[in-house]
Amino acid sequence: MKYSIFSLVRNALGYHEGWPRAWRSPDPKPEYDVVIVGGGGHGLATAYYLAKEHGITNVAVLEKGWLGGGNTGRNTTIIRSNYLWDESAHLYEHSLKLYEGLSQDINYNIMLSQRGVLNLAHNLHDLRELSRRVNAIRLNGIDSEILDTAQVKAMVPILNASQQSRYPVLGASLQKRGGVARHDAVAWGLARAADARGVDIIQQCEVTGIVRDGGKVTGVETTRGLIRAGKVGIVTAGHTSVLAAMAGIRLPIESHPLQALVSEPIKPVLHTVVMSNAVHAYVSQSDRGELVMGAGIDGYNGYSQRGSIPVIEHMLASIVELFPIFSRLRMMRQWGGIVDTCPDASPIISKTPVDGLYINGGWGTGGFKATPGSGWVFAHTIAQDRPHALNAAFNLDRFTSGALVDEHGAAAVAH
Amino acid sequence: MLSIPCPWCGPRDETEYSYGGEAHIVRPEDPQALSDREWADYLFMRANTKGAHRERWVHSHGCRRWFNVERNTATNEIIAVYKMGESPPGDGTGGDGAP
Amino acid sequence: MTQRQRLAKGGRIDRTRLLSFTFDGRSYKGYAGDTLASALMANGVSVLGRSFKYHRPRGLFGAGAEEPNAIVQLEEGPDTIPNLRATQVELYDGLMASSVNAWPGLDWDIGEINSLFSRVLPAGFYYKTFMWPASFWMKYEEVIRRAAGLGRCPEHPDPDTYDKMHAHCDVLVVGGGPAGLMAALTAGKAGARVILADEQTEFGGALLDRRNAIDGKPAADWVAAAVAELEAMEDVRLLPRTHAAGYYEHNFLTLLERKTDHLHPVARRRTPGPRQRLWKVRAAQVVLATGAIERPLVFADNDRPGVMLASAAQTYVNRYGVKPGSRAVVFTNNDSAYAAAMDLHDGGVDIAAVVDLRENPGGALVTEARGKGITVLDGRAVVATEGRKRVQAVDVAPLSADGRVAEGAHRRFECDLVLVSGGWNPAVHLFSHAGGKLSFEPDRAQFLPGTTPLPCRAAGSASGDIQLAQCLANGQKAGEVAAAANGFRRRGRLPGIPQCDDVAEGPMRHVWQVPGRKPAAQLKQFVDLQHDVTAADVHLAAREGYESVEHLKRYTTLGMGTDQGKTANINGLAIMAETLGRDIPGVGTTTFRPPYTPVTLGAMAGRDVGALADPVRRTPMHHWHETAGALFEDVGQWKRPWYYPKQGESMQDAVDRECLATRNAIGVLDATTLGKIDIQGPDAAELLNRVYTNAWSKLAVGRCRYGLMLGEDGMVMDDGVTTCLGENHYLMTTTTGNAARVMGWLEEWLQTEWPDLKVYLNSVSEYWATIAIAGPFARELLAELTDDIDVANEAFPFMSLRSGTVAGIPARVFRISFTGEVSFEINVPSTYGLAMWNAVMMAGEKYGITPFGTETMHVLRAEKGYIIVGQDTDGTITPGDLGMDWIVSKKKPDFIGKRSLSRQDTARSDRKQLVGLLTENPSEVLPEGGQIVAIVKDSPPMDMIGHVTSSYYSANLGRSIALALVKGGHDRLGKSVYVPLEGRTVKAKVSKTVFFDPEGERLNG
Repeated sequence: MKYSIFSLVRNALGYHEGWPRAWRSPDPKPEYDVVIVGGGGHGLATAYYLAKEHGITNVAVLEKGWLGGGNTGRNTTIIRSNYLWDESAHLYEHSLKLYEGLSQDINYNIMLSQRGVLNLAHNLHDLRELSRRVNAIRLNGIDSEILDTAQVKAMVPILNASQQSRYPVLGASLQKRGGVARHDAVAWGLARAADARGVDIIQQCEVTGIVRDGGKVTGVETTRGLIRAGKVGIVTAGHTSVLAAMAGIRLPIESHPLQALVSEPIKPVLHTVVMSNAVHAYVSQSDRGELVMGAGIDGYNGYSQRGSIPVIEHMLASIVELFPIFSRLRMMRQWGGIVDTCPDASPIISKTPVDGLYINGGWGTGGFKATPGSGWVFAHTIAQDRPHALNAAFNLDRFTSGALVDEHGAAAVAH
Repeated sequence: MLSIPCPWCGPRDETEYSYGGEAHIVRPEDPQALSDREWADYLFMRANTKGAHRERWVHSHGCRRWFNVERNTATNEIIAVYKMGESPPGDGTGGDGAP
Repeated sequence: MTQRQRLAKGGRIDRTRLLSFTFDGRSYKGYAGDTLASALMANGVSVLGRSFKYHRPRGLFGAGAEEPNAIVQLEEGPDTIPNLRATQVELYDGLMASSVNAWPGLDWDIGEINSLFSRVLPAGFYYKTFMWPASFWMKYEEVIRRAAGLGRCPEHPDPDTYDKMHAHCDVLVVGGGPAGLMAALTAGKAGARVILADEQTEFGGALLDRRNAIDGKPAADWVAAAVAELEAMEDVRLLPRTHAAGYYEHNFLTLLERKTDHLHPVARRRTPGPRQRLWKVRAAQVVLATGAIERPLVFADNDRPGVMLASAAQTYVNRYGVKPGSRAVVFTNNDSAYAAAMDLHDGGVDIAAVVDLRENPGGALVTEARGKGITVLDGRAVVATEGRKRVQAVDVAPLSADGRVAEGAHRRFECDLVLVSGGWNPAVHLFSHAGGKLSFEPDRAQFLPGTTPLPCRAAGSASGDIQLAQCLANGQKAGEVAAAANGFRRRGRLPGIPQCDDVAEGPMRHVWQVPGRKPAAQLKQFVDLQHDVTAADVHLAAREGYESVEHLKRYTTLGMGTDQGKTANINGLAIMAETLGRDIPGVGTTTFRPPYTPVTLGAMAGRDVGALADPVRRTPMHHWHETAGALFEDVGQWKRPWYYPKQGESMQDAVDRECLATRNAIGVLDATTLGKIDIQGPDAAELLNRVYTNAWSKLAVGRCRYGLMLGEDGMVMDDGVTTCLGENHYLMTTTTGNAARVMGWLEEWLQTEWPDLKVYLNSVSEYWATIAIAGPFARELLAELTDDIDVANEAFPFMSLRSGTVAGIPARVFRISFTGEVSFEINVPSTYGLAMWNAVMMAGEKYGITPFGTETMHVLRAEKGYIIVGQDTDGTITPGDLGMDWIVSKKKPDFIGKRSLSRQDTARSDRKQLVGLLTENPSEVLPEGGQIVAIVKDSPPMDMIGHVTSSYYSANLGRSIALALVKGGHDRLGKSVYVPLEGRTVKAKVSKTVFFDPEGERLNG
């Protein structure tokens, strides 16, 4: 049933008792052309684009818990494509463009709100890096601009822009097309759209082994039995290493806790996304009115989906310093996710040494914004057994050759 | 917030320490003799174990000493702490080799 | 207005202290000991809020942390706080509160129009619409945003302060009700260090709300005695007004103590100390005596003002001496509501009937209630309510055996109060935060604390105990076990449990969704009152496949409000289970996330705001620089003089002047901030050999050498000059921002990889003040200031060290140069820094000595092509990329990073390389960060080949200069490149990196 205001009104007449399931709940078949391990946004997008772009519909998405229950449902929903290196900029911009048409494409309102993303600069070094980044982004054909302190203050009047502040705002970059989207809706909408094209989405089905015949993958062992498949894609953010290890593959990934929290809801006061890498804090206000805040990763490896309170305390001190009027608001809920980080802060979307086995992971703290783009290029990689130009640089071999896409190298400290 | 027992100073809050990643990755004797792939394995590849994980910490705001910790990365239970150069107790499955 | 609902006597309020307050601009009176909620109830105020989505009028539903409806904005201006629960706001004289989410007001709220459209606004309706036209979502969203949110954010900075306290204890007891008090008493008597925290103003928990007798006396007497006994114990700390917010790994908990929230803002301002304090407690053992929260029943129009939890009504009558209404219908599935009914009855509320879902309930309380003449209608259900701003009547009908139909003879009861009870949910939130597994008890439909790896146990109704005696006994046991785990054994026998007036309770009957007069889809049977989630919304979620508990919550927003679903979650879960034909655990367990109730952001920030947000590091000469009018640049935590403008000078004027003065006369720079590491030991030179790219074995005593440090990935990490101070003794300098990192880096290698090396490191960055003098008169000035150092070029050659006395101060003088001029860096112990600076300035006056800041330093070094790590490098640059292969030893078999340099990509010859850029127009200064292209296109995208890393106007050269990283740059010498900027493109020629004095003749003067 197509979702629209008309179907909503029509169903209202029947007291909404006529809505069908958003996706089926099938039992797994014994064999699929492609098995996607991981029912988060990236896995569901992969399945959707396998069906839509490549006509491969005999696909299963296997999820050990519930759809979108990992990082998809735990992130701070920021979307942007203001990346420094060409390879990253092209990939994330492709994703942003897909996001811009996604609600209509999958007929599910993902509430993409392009309210702009500000990245603050607090010292001369930040300003220099900002200029480098904005110039690069612009020449890659992506919208980006530099604001001075007065312009930042005009855009976000509640920001503490005093030059006496411990973190004075010297300027900011702005990507107007950046913003936020409803994270759950991205997962649910993609699930519904993939299901409509014949993809089997199987929840409560944990993969316990990757089955190989020599150097080739032949299927997966699951808690619901063996499922054969000619191709298997691992898209299990937070557990990429665990799944890869089942196939004997070592990865340059370390998993860390990443925390976020929301305040109690208040009437709108913050109309754009504000990020400050220097103080490891970012904040936006959701449509429900909550301030959604995120921190930097916790320092140690961890799979606990819980972080340590000092990280939150530090982040909130920075937020209150930047937004003094938030001090009396209250934290309503905090939580953690597991992020898989690569040494160069760029993802791996790659073939592997095992034939028919593909890996998509290592997105660090920034996977949500890449969801449709990641699925799109991964679907291509699986369908064609070779990467698309957009993800060619994000191969596993780069860690051997040294051709890293080092997104955090550029944040080095100066003199 | 973790409480980590420094082998020299005793239990202290996590904020006194810095994390140093997987333990027992020995720098190759002769790096020049390695292939690019072997070197990359040393440089970047990590077990990233879910479960009992041997790792290095340094008491950076205390005695400044490095030491090893065996910690369950899923539960954050600290299974063992031992000094640099010492062999890890137990078999890495948690709890001194006991089943 | 009079307190018309106030009882003539009773309650724990102080009737001698009459307090005035306002709500929505109207004045009322209450008593000390009231909450805002009880005081409003005493004044007969029924409507305290509007619901989130439909803006339906809502009244008090609970009496504590579980309250979903009565959300208020407290005070105005800088003191305002949004979204407080009226049930938790202590009344003070002059309190000012207002409603939220209602416009123009509570009585007439335009948002109520949503109610008319509620039929097209089921759960998740927004996912299905607002998609056309695509560009319009932002417009729809604007409207949705304005409608959402509850209270208003303050508009002013916070006038209050907050602080934090770290504490350790043997036993932390959370919750000061009967079980918690008993646990604390028992552990305290055994000698354990105990902290007892309770969210309420006074200890006693549920005993304050009810009429229990202990040992034949009012329970309050027992509470008072227990508190007195605890107060007398030296190692027991009592924290009232303190809620445990979160329970984290390794038995670490955060508690939020509200120290002055109960005071009027003016009084608060006069009270020393913080408004709130965040306790960070590491407890050896934890006892969770957090009590239980009553569960409502889900039935048609169960949200009208006047419908409230039975236990809440009981609290208002007993604790606050307020009648919640005049005539009540009690609707229950268990015995506990009968106690409430009787308390209200005794308080003068007419109990129209107890409507019990059970057939023939037989508990002792039921019998007792009947004995009081209370009508009990068993096997029946409330199927409808009437009234808009206050419930006026309910409709009661017989319930079928399967609980799905309520038909037959309806009876209408007029009433202004409906008490509901669906059983009790133990408050297992904290237990769950810490990863404790919950178990499900089906008879009472309770999630109970199960297993946990942490040293933690629950007691009292938090662990499912029903009877008071049971709570006391289990509290005592928990306290004893927790103390014993710390080695505190009790002496003698445990005291007996006091006599309680418990009676046996009969079984419950679970009817999760009480049938109404119409099919469920056509009813408003609220599950989550704050977020207007109905049973039909839960059905819709099930129908559409949002089956797991997390999907349910997210799709319907059940439990996502400021109460975090304290009264809603289990009912929602149960209705979902019933819809799917599963048992409750089969749908899942709610994941409780911290905090239990909200925590002020300011309290989490504590003192780490304003000037204390981050430490500021200043050099000993900082005050001098300030006086001289310097502007400062933040470098890491350091404040460094950036430039010293004179009256009327622009930045460029000042920098030009400083640059020219240094090249033509003499300049002086405060270089104190550079990192300094003292390295000693027989293997010190070997360490340097391993961490730097060049060779160090032959550095003579008194000589200096420049070094480049790589990461193991072969990328430049830091640079600096290291000096051999004596045999086996070196002083390494690092960049300002990397000082700590390099120190840590060296320590890590020494301790973890090379423990065989005998080397000892000490950070001495702050022990020394460094004053760099540079320029043609530098040597003459130094000669004037010292008697015991021969400053002649041959006697004191470039890259060497002399120790001696300068201006009467013992000093180390390094002849090194970051400007290309004759230059000396005078190092003196920090305490002498300012004296030395003054001496240099005074003696240098006749040479026209000019202080310069980091900007001039940058220009002068760029004229010479000297790199700044972190500016001309970015973690992706090798020595070869910098054209610095000369510093990479070919002879050393190994050093950190060497192997990586020969990797396939790292060894490419067309990598980005450092070059100079000269703009076609010499007065045009390229912006740093400008991107470089070889071929300009009309519009982006364009292929970028690099970027400008450093760029300045050089007064000495009379033109602009720049450094840049350019792909294959070393092969592009003399070629043109372009820097496309907003609105213009700058053409430049690739040059060598040294722009000034390429032969280095000026270094020797």
